[in-house]
Amino acid sequence: MAKIKGDIVINTERCKGCEVCLAACPFTVIAMSKEVNSKGYHFAMKVNHECTGCTNCALVCPDGVITVYRAKVETE
Amino acid sequence: MGELKLMKGNEAVAEAAIRAGCDGYFGYPITPQSEVMEYLMAEKPFERTGMVVLQAESEVAAINMLYGGAGTGKMVMTSSSSPGVSLMQEGISYLAGAELPAVIVNIVRGGPGLGTIQPSQADYFQAVKGGGHGDYKMLVLAPASVQEMCDHVKLAFDKAFEYRTPVMILSDGAIGQMMEKVVLFDQIPRRTDEELIKQCPWASNGRPKTRNHNIITSLDLDPAGQERVNLKLQAKYQMMEKNEVLYEEIQCEDADYLLVAFGLSARICQKALDLARAKGIKVGLFRPITLFPFPAIEVSNVGNRVKGILVVEMNAGQMIEDVKLSVGCKVKIEHYGRFGGIIPSPDEVVKALTQKIIGG
Amino acid sequence: MEEQFAKTEIHKPENIVYKKSDLMVDRPLSYCPGCGHGTAHRMLMEVIEEMDISDKTIGVSPVGCSVLAYDFLNIDMLGAAHGRAPALATAIKRMWPNHFVFTYQGDGDLAAIGTAETIHACNRGENITIIFINNGIYGMTGGQMAPTTLPGMRSSTSPYGRDVPTMGHPLKITELIAQLPGVYYVTRQAVHTPNNVRKTKKAIRKAFELQKENKGLCFIEIVSNCNSGWKMTPVQSNKWMEENMFPFYVLGDIKVDGKLIEMTK
Repeated sequence: MAKIKGDIVINTERCKGCEVCLAACPFTVIAMSKEVNSKGYHFAMKVNHECTGCTNCALVCPDGVITVYRAKVETE
Repeated sequence: MGELKLMKGNEAVAEAAIRAGCDGYFGYPITPQSEVMEYLMAEKPFERTGMVVLQAESEVAAINMLYGGAGTGKMVMTSSSSPGVSLMQEGISYLAGAELPAVIVNIVRGGPGLGTIQPSQADYFQAVKGGGHGDYKMLVLAPASVQEMCDHVKLAFDKAFEYRTPVMILSDGAIGQMMEKVVLFDQIPRRTDEELIKQCPWASNGRPKTRNHNIITSLDLDPAGQERVNLKLQAKYQMMEKNEVLYEEIQCEDADYLLVAFGLSARICQKALDLARAKGIKVGLFRPITLFPFPAIEVSNVGNRVKGILVVEMNAGQMIEDVKLSVGCKVKIEHYGRFGGIIPSPDEVVKALTQKIIGG
Repeated sequence: MEEQFAKTEIHKPENIVYKKSDLMVDRPLSYCPGCGHGTAHRMLMEVIEEMDISDKTIGVSPVGCSVLAYDFLNIDMLGAAHGRAPALATAIKRMWPNHFVFTYQGDGDLAAIGTAETIHACNRGENITIIFINNGIYGMTGGQMAPTTLPGMRSSTSPYGRDVPTMGHPLKITELIAQLPGVYYVTRQAVHTPNNVRKTKKAIRKAFELQKENKGLCFIEIVSNCNSGWKMTPVQSNKWMEENMFPFYVLGDIKVDGKLIEMTK
């Protein structure tokens, strides 16, 4: 059967760690990293596979660092 | 060729702008130059050539409308008088810093402050030494007749685009108001969009997909970058000093004494010269037409041949500083002027020449 | 497993449902983390890209944090003197009537030093779009009080809070200019949550479509945060904005089709 699956790719070097995307996600897919990027920011990262590709996080990101994918995927 | 008309100086400026192919005039009323915009509104140049004429809410708005239009490559002009031009100084500095072509006409009136509505020449420093902030210059033209009011508009636009610089026409209330015969040049068609884009590839008027975006700005937060901008501007001004000097010499070849004057004062000195020569005084007249670039070499050549120089200007002594810088200290140089809108008479000039320069 | 799905099935160009517009120059933004400017810029560029008008659009940026907007927006831009953007835009639109012209301004730019230019461009009904980012503070210069700073709100020049008797009330410039007959569409939006971002984008799109019809001036206020100036984290600042700015600067349409909307509290 088919399922809508989403995925996000975060440009972690451009992320400034503002955390606004966290609250935007309906499925708590995003959390902040423990490491920092080369600018010293904790960056957003995916922590589960619940993403549906709703684009909420990408819409609200001030730096536009999130690209969102969505597709119908066959699952058993 | 050309059309002969009897016109007011202010009207000649306006008509010349239409004929030069000006795209937009943005101004604000102030005496003694409101006729420029009144003429333009009455002439309906939008129907003649498509030229936009708009009364702005202030001189601050007007000069910034110029900046906007110039930033897209359009030929734009404003006119004002001393207090209004003071308000434009920020905009002029921005025009210079962003290297934008524009023509600003100052019909100078008595100052300081609200002053009078009669003519003066007391904005020389503001125009030539830079009334706005930063290291910049404008090409400054000083017409002395209604004919020059007309011709200088075309010249100003040509130079504005050649050098990417604001150009000022520094006139005064008398020349703005007086009526004289003027031969108007034939209409030059306004540029098409294609011609404009070709002439101004730097302008911000809609980025085609084939190039990077253009940015019109005078800001560079990197000091090294801003220094480069300044060096570029200075090189431009040096080119102007080399190539754009304009002046007139009248009976200077055999002169023992010299009058130096620009604009209206030069016309008065012309009559004073006739009166003095009739008395046997061999006096010549040197008339700078470009105030920046100042004809320093030329006035020095003439000035160092004579026994004394009287600089006649309707102010407390402004151009005289440039005359002194050019000529040096071997020759006696004195100032004669009236203020507050009073125009000196030729007799006064002869008297001042006799008393201050020839001695006695 | 599911990770395999993610990598092999989904990451194909045809599956992209959202990416930053190509009209955003590919460089880091200079704005503070969490600042609404970045989101507003991106929505503006998305609209221009979708309408395919990047070759006919001219933007005017202000003095303020977004003085560098021209570095981030891949369209022809002019940087204006402080407050003067509507004057530039007036001349540009008058002489390029078939182009799309917008200004992008902050609260000090539009409602303090530029008040006259704002009011008169609105009064003349210039066929331009004004985008007004209202964060109630002067961000770029270090957090001073703005015309839209709320009563009691602290800033570097109102360190004990805005004192209305000596410093005046906040200026609801948007409601003021909405009264003018030359203004056709006025709306107040936000960009701190996904739904608000969607509404803002719709508003910008509407304004640009209206520009094609020469209906008059379209004015979009975006109430935004300034976590640096307000001295909070981005998430805190968005919450503070909801609790304090929105009751005063109420979101929604203020004038549509040339008619004022009756605002009910």
